Amino acid sequence: MSFGLHSAVDPSGPQAARIAQLWWLMFWVSAGVFVAVTAFLFVALFRSAVSRQRTAGRAEAQRRTGAVVGGASIVTALIIVGLLLVDVSTTRALATAPAAAPLRIEVVGHQWWWEVHYPDETPSQAVTTANEIHIPVGRPVALELTSRDVIHSFWVPSLQGKRDLIPGHVNTAWLQADVPGLFHGQCAEFCGAQHAHMAFLIVAEPERSFSAWLADQRRPATAPASADETQGQAVFLSLPCALCHTVRGTSAWGQNGPDLTHLASRRQLAAGTLPNTHGDLAECLMDPHRVKPGVKMPPTPVESGLQALLAYLESLR
Amino acid sequence: MTVDEASPEGQRERERLERAWDTQPGIVGWLSNIHHKAVGKRYIATAFVFFALAGVEALLMRIQLARPGSHLLNPDLYNQIFTMHGTTMMFLFAVPVMEGVAIYVVPLMIGTRNVAFPRLNALSYYMYLFGGVFLYVMFFLSMGPDAGWFAYVPLAGPEYAPGKRVDVWAQMITFTELSALLGAVELVVSIMKMRAPGMSLNRIPLFVWAILVDSLMIIFAMPAIMAASSYLILDRLIATHFFNPAEGGDALLWQHLFWFFGHPEVYIIFVPALGMVSTIVSTFSRRPIFGYTAMVLALVSTGFIGFGLWVHHMFATGLPQLGLSFFSAASMLIAIPTGVQIFCWIATLWLGRPRLELPLLFVMGFVVIFLIGGLTGVMLASAPLDQQVHDTFFVVAHLHYVLIGGALFPLLGALVYWFPKMSGRMLAETPGKWAFWLLFAGFNLTFFPMHQLGLRGMPRRVYTYPAESGWGNLNLLATAGGVVLGVGLLVLLADVAWSVRRGAVAAASPWGGDTLEWATTSPPPEYNFVYPPTVGGLNALWVATDQQPVVAGLRSDRREVLITRTVDAQPDHRAVLPQDSIWPFLTAVAISFTFVGSIFRAWFVPVGAVPVLIGLVGWFWPRGEPLPREEAAPRRQLALEDQP
Repeated sequence: MSFGLHSAVDPSGPQAARIAQLWWLMFWVSAGVFVAVTAFLFVALFRSAVSRQRTAGRAEAQRRTGAVVGGASIVTALIIVGLLLVDVSTTRALATAPAAAPLRIEVVGHQWWWEVHYPDETPSQAVTTANEIHIPVGRPVALELTSRDVIHSFWVPSLQGKRDLIPGHVNTAWLQADVPGLFHGQCAEFCGAQHAHMAFLIVAEPERSFSAWLADQRRPATAPASADETQGQAVFLSLPCALCHTVRGTSAWGQNGPDLTHLASRRQLAAGTLPNTHGDLAECLMDPHRVKPGVKMPPTPVESGLQALLAYLESLR
Repeated sequence: MTVDEASPEGQRERERLERAWDTQPGIVGWLSNIHHKAVGKRYIATAFVFFALAGVEALLMRIQLARPGSHLLNPDLYNQIFTMHGTTMMFLFAVPVMEGVAIYVVPLMIGTRNVAFPRLNALSYYMYLFGGVFLYVMFFLSMGPDAGWFAYVPLAGPEYAPGKRVDVWAQMITFTELSALLGAVELVVSIMKMRAPGMSLNRIPLFVWAILVDSLMIIFAMPAIMAASSYLILDRLIATHFFNPAEGGDALLWQHLFWFFGHPEVYIIFVPALGMVSTIVSTFSRRPIFGYTAMVLALVSTGFIGFGLWVHHMFATGLPQLGLSFFSAASMLIAIPTGVQIFCWIATLWLGRPRLELPLLFVMGFVVIFLIGGLTGVMLASAPLDQQVHDTFFVVAHLHYVLIGGALFPLLGALVYWFPKMSGRMLAETPGKWAFWLLFAGFNLTFFPMHQLGLRGMPRRVYTYPAESGWGNLNLLATAGGVVLGVGLLVLLADVAWSVRRGAVAAASPWGGDTLEWATTSPPPEYNFVYPPTVGGLNALWVATDQQPVVAGLRSDRREVLITRTVDAQPDHRAVLPQDSIWPFLTAVAISFTFVGSIFRAWFVPVGAVPVLIGLVGWFWPRGEPLPREEAAPRRQLALEDQP
């Protein structure tokens, strides 16, 4: 299955790179402090009786120690101030979006999936998808984040730090990928039973293939081409599926679950839980609670029409 | 007047004191016991029972996470278990155990006979016990809370957490916050008003200073969580909308209130440990602590700055940049007083003649582990870096380095240190050292790899993870470390169990400590001191000579203690402490009935008020014999010779 890169210390975007620099600075300063303090501690514990004799009860030794302790405290304060300055300048740099015209994306958190909108000035050109976010390489992306239920947190370790999705608030953040690739994203705020299975995928691709993808996503769903698919569509629309899911171009306009208009074009199922294969899709339909115990989707009461339903869903490219 | 405990008069005094401070036998007598040593020991024992439960929960989580895609625990159970683990460790172990040690040690250290409000003390223990038992009974009935120990709304609100689970959590908070507040109030008053004559502010032992700062922090921090948990319960029970954005409430309000308590909470756990470390370092270096004044100032400033950091738990919530920088600065600043204390401990060891016995060994383990936790704390104080590692295993590693390193290791050292005082026997040292090294190795093996897991993208509070993530091997290592850690704790437990019965009999002062608890027998009698001591310097027992006066002239046929002035600890007046009583227990039962009932039906509050009222009437019913006329006449002079 396609599992994206996911390491904060192996950055692929300007923000994560900036934070990784800060991390290495902090790491080496901390390592230095740790070595120095433990070295002093060991000498203090194990220095020889002879050298102890020399300092025992001597006022001068007391004074010297006082000076060292005072000096060490001042050095501590200076290190803290130094780190703070770097910290503040990093905070500023991260908050300042680059000048280039950003791509706007709205992300809405749900238990336990991600609703993704690409708004457009012409409402009919806006795109809605789920759990897989395509972005153009090298162009900043401005995110607007909110939630419909509980608090979630949007995090792509290789690209940026976290930002929470809070009901009643709209948070903004931006990110950018410098190289094409798949990046693993994940909800980072505990959000209930299936917090563990609330991942998403960032697909960073060159501007041209991104535009092609976006154009594809704008289309309504492909009409059924074969008898199987036609039967599958009828099954889909006759079952409760349509109460929660949307397939644009059909009468399925449910808003509680992910948009399925282009389900087959996505790489993963159930918010990064399974790869999008025939067998896994069947499992998701028949027994979603085995895949994601506690998920809001009920088992699909399909008896004979399963293969037709699968054929239809797999035609939604 | 000179006094001699061995003289016939001393013997008679002892007999009178024994009669006055005796407890009744039997179950009623046991429940009526309000002696600080009994209550302190019960606190500590109860806290370790909860610690064991939370430890088992931790191991279950580690076994679940040892391999990717494990099915041992389902998500519902896993979420309950991690919530129970955090809740238990924070509310039912760390804070109460520190208060328990303080309740046992502080009156001895300040040279008095009990805490200021002994019945309140007993009530505080019973509220804690009942709150903890309530939580676990509900957990075993599958009604354990499952929204995390932080219970963020709306996940913990009425819409997304139906049922009684979160109510159980919120009401358990009410129990423990009540208990902690009662304990804190009585410790503050004891420390301010009951110190031995001569123990002026500048001669208070550092452990007592730490407990004073700590108790004041509890008094200021608990009201925030009290408000927060009450709002949450009101939202859930009677549909108020404090946290409901749809009705003008705000989800972030909860986080501010919770962390305004929650971050000081960490220091409430950590500050007593600082006091323990200072005590042990000084005793085993065989010299006064280096930089006493700086140490006191560091403790006090930690207490203040601890209240200015809460937003660093909320760096990802989208607060304004200036706010982030302000709280970053405060969070980093707190490293300075901590650094000063570490430097002073090293200086004390440097200038002293250290003996690396078991308590000091635990303290050395503390310094090494805590140092790492403190340094990762500075990293987390930086908003950008925090936004990467927040809510990942990096934070899990950090907080365990800080809490196990910063509180559990000093606590174990302190319990080994005071074990002879509490039990009258020495803890066997060899198995103790084995336990220490197992704990030290197991701890680092468990938690060090978690730093890397967090940096490589593993979020917290997930019940499973995919194999493709590549997190499997580090998790397996952490689980193996968890087993070693568990074995270390079992070795220590076995050592304690053996030593309590068979250990070498302890002298009054086996380590040669400088504080007053070592001036009485091990274990101390119910009344602590036949003649309460006075203090002639900072290191009371090290500067005392044969001529150091003691307090005489207190009535020994009833529970009389000496009250001294807050600043200079000069004798002020005598006070009579109450007799043992079953009423604190009965009142605790009545309050618990009200609390538990009220999560099911709101009318339990007015109905429960009746038994609570009966309990309080019984508690305060005047029943001692009236003062004879001549006793009410001018007070006897305290026979204090050469006051220091």
